[in-house]
Amino acid sequence: MKIMKTCLTAIISSLMIFSPMAYADKWSDQFPHIKATGDIPGDCSYEKMSKKNYKGKTLKINTHAIPVMGEPTALHAEQFEKLTGAKVEVTHTPAGDLYSKAMVPFQAGQAPYDVVFGFSNFINDWKRYLAPVPKKYMNSPEMKDVTKSHMGVSSWDGTMYQYPVDGDRHYLKYRKDVIDNPEMQKKYKADTGKELKVPTTWKEYGEMAKYFNGWDWDGDGEKEYGSAEVMKKDDLMFAAFFSRSVAYAKNPRTPGGFFFDLETMKPNINNPGFVEALTDWVEATKYVPPGGTNFGLGDEIGSFGGGQTLFSFSWDDAFIAAMQDDSPIKNKVGAAPLPGANKVWNRVSNSWENQYNQAPYIVWGWAVGVAKKSKVKDMAFDYLCFFSNGANHQADLAIGRFGVNPFKNSDFDPNIYINSMGWDPEIANSYTKTLLDMEKSNNRVFPLRVPGVFEFTSAVATGTSKALAGQLSPQEALDEVAKEWEAIVSRVGKKAVQDAYAVGVKMEDNKL
Amino acid sequence: MNFKHKYFFLFPGLFVLIGILIFPIIFVVRLSLSGWNSYNPGLDYIGLENYIRLFTDDPRFWESFFRLSFLSVTTVILQYVIGFALAHMVWKDIKFKRFFRVLFLVPMMTTPVIMTVIWRTFFHESLGPVNDLLSVFGVAPKWLTDPVIAKFTVIIVEVWQWTPFMFLLLLAGLLSLPKEPFLAAAIDGASPVRKFIYVTFPLMAPISIGAIIIRLIEASKIMDTVYVLTSGGPGTSTETSSFYIFIKGLREFQMGYAASMSFTYLIIMIISLTIIAKVLTKVLLKE
Repeated sequence: MKIMKTCLTAIISSLMIFSPMAYADKWSDQFPHIKATGDIPGDCSYEKMSKKNYKGKTLKINTHAIPVMGEPTALHAEQFEKLTGAKVEVTHTPAGDLYSKAMVPFQAGQAPYDVVFGFSNFINDWKRYLAPVPKKYMNSPEMKDVTKSHMGVSSWDGTMYQYPVDGDRHYLKYRKDVIDNPEMQKKYKADTGKELKVPTTWKEYGEMAKYFNGWDWDGDGEKEYGSAEVMKKDDLMFAAFFSRSVAYAKNPRTPGGFFFDLETMKPNINNPGFVEALTDWVEATKYVPPGGTNFGLGDEIGSFGGGQTLFSFSWDDAFIAAMQDDSPIKNKVGAAPLPGANKVWNRVSNSWENQYNQAPYIVWGWAVGVAKKSKVKDMAFDYLCFFSNGANHQADLAIGRFGVNPFKNSDFDPNIYINSMGWDPEIANSYTKTLLDMEKSNNRVFPLRVPGVFEFTSAVATGTSKALAGQLSPQEALDEVAKEWEAIVSRVGKKAVQDAYAVGVKMEDNKL
Repeated sequence: MNFKHKYFFLFPGLFVLIGILIFPIIFVVRLSLSGWNSYNPGLDYIGLENYIRLFTDDPRFWESFFRLSFLSVTTVILQYVIGFALAHMVWKDIKFKRFFRVLFLVPMMTTPVIMTVIWRTFFHESLGPVNDLLSVFGVAPKWLTDPVIAKFTVIIVEVWQWTPFMFLLLLAGLLSLPKEPFLAAAIDGASPVRKFIYVTFPLMAPISIGAIIIRLIEASKIMDTVYVLTSGGPGTSTETSSFYIFIKGLREFQMGYAASMSFTYLIIMIISLTIIAKVLTKVLLKE
């Protein structure tokens, strides 16, 4: 009897201990995408979604082309169909057309798509056509886990219009096997008289990139280069320029606007801070790989992720691609904050301040909303909640091409990357620390989110690309951009731009 | 007898004409008089404001127009020369004539955007095969990043893609030529060169004019090649009118202003193509 009792207790205890695992296995058997974690309990877990019945209903989604964001959208749509019985139609659209593909029907009073993917900086133009995220989801534990920055990026003056599915910021990626290599450090010191270390200023970045440009420094028989950057006109290049500008132009002692002076709405874009950044960028055309001035984001990811360059900066994707199992440089890369500068422009005193400055750029990223006129809003929000549930999110983070990056506080646990992705602990720690420090910084820059944002960013792309191509000097190019910005402000209406910009400035000045 | 009911039979065709041709043009004109954009959607009325801005404050539009003129005239001349040569080659009795006729048409049958992506990969300066091959000779042209060379890269892709169309029209023209003039030239002992200059070319003049005009109309809308290959860069060195209108209309969502550019562009193209057709007729047909 005693033996029986002991056996029974052991069986019950085992069942209790391993029940979450058995529960997880049930779903990971059916959906191998989440095999690393199994289902993770939550409001929109696989278990919860399987209890919903959307049979006979159709959800229409417009998303980006495969793979970046397009692939996870389609994958989670398929899973959602299996779990709920819904029919999900996914349309894939190139990045440059996402805005207009939603905007044209929005303005015509139609809703051909229930769910529209785009970028977080569309929020001002799109918000009047999107349904606010319902309280039910706002109060969910998953939403409570979203970082303050990304809650801000997805919201407009306290109301969330974009469901967080991705978190973006620009940071520095470097070849750890070179920068931390004692032999390389010795050689660099001997040749330049300077220390080889993770660059903390853009000038150091440029010096090192130039030194490591055009020779085979990793012994693979191929030439390597200094830096891979997004320089192709209109292909997100303006964001790369802002990343280089924040160090020189975001002064924590002069609140009240990075892009404009909020009081006067006079553009800051042609002040000496931005001009210095563009001058550095023009110099960078000398240390990018051949054709590097025509690199879009995909090229940058392929170039750095494929081991072609020493440095890169911009979104997470190049880093994640470099750390994937099939990468030739897995566990040979490091993450660090964007370089800073030894001087920063003070737009109030109209002079340089000779002190070190660094500012994180919480760049715009993927965002998604539900059309106000959608007839299946509940299902649409359930889909988005399911898209970013714990299990899907962790699995998506591990796949560089998916374009899903950390945006939850729990994402900054290095063990996720060590245990489920096989990252070197030191690299995982530096990666999560880099991201977390950006969240904590008080000198952050957020994307421009004003009416007609595309006109402003398009003007920056045109001006800076003229400077990179040698058609204009950096000062001439940015003077042209400033003139265009003034014209846009006047067309849109100073008050409308000012009111919208004030919301972004509040975030930058840590008042929101 | 009352024939008035016969007009009813015109209505279906008339409706289609109004629906697909007249209405869009009228709508573009109306749109061009509005300030429709992302923050102010709707057909308000702002008079000629967009046109004034275009003519007085937008040098980029005119630069892109002159660039387009250079690109389209160059590509069409090259397409005409190469297309004529190829058509002339397979017009004669050569071996595998049918095979070559189909082969020369292949580029035209491929999807322009897909082919441009492939060309972009070919011309990729660090990863593409073209510079890999040329490195044997110690050269590595900056196909997509040099403001001058990038224009010629666009021309190469356009010529490759659309020469078959010229080839097809010219081959059809050659096949329809009467045999007698050629027999007479042969009896007179004319050499192949003289036969081409004095018989083939003049006889082909009417079809040549048609082919050139059709291709000029198409080439003046260069868009997908530029979009995929260079995005109008480096700087603005490959930006054409249609690409610029696309940026203003569908990237920046300045619909009213883009409509005014489209309509202005339409008028300019109608005038310039009419002049070109007249000049070509005068020169080639000696009318």
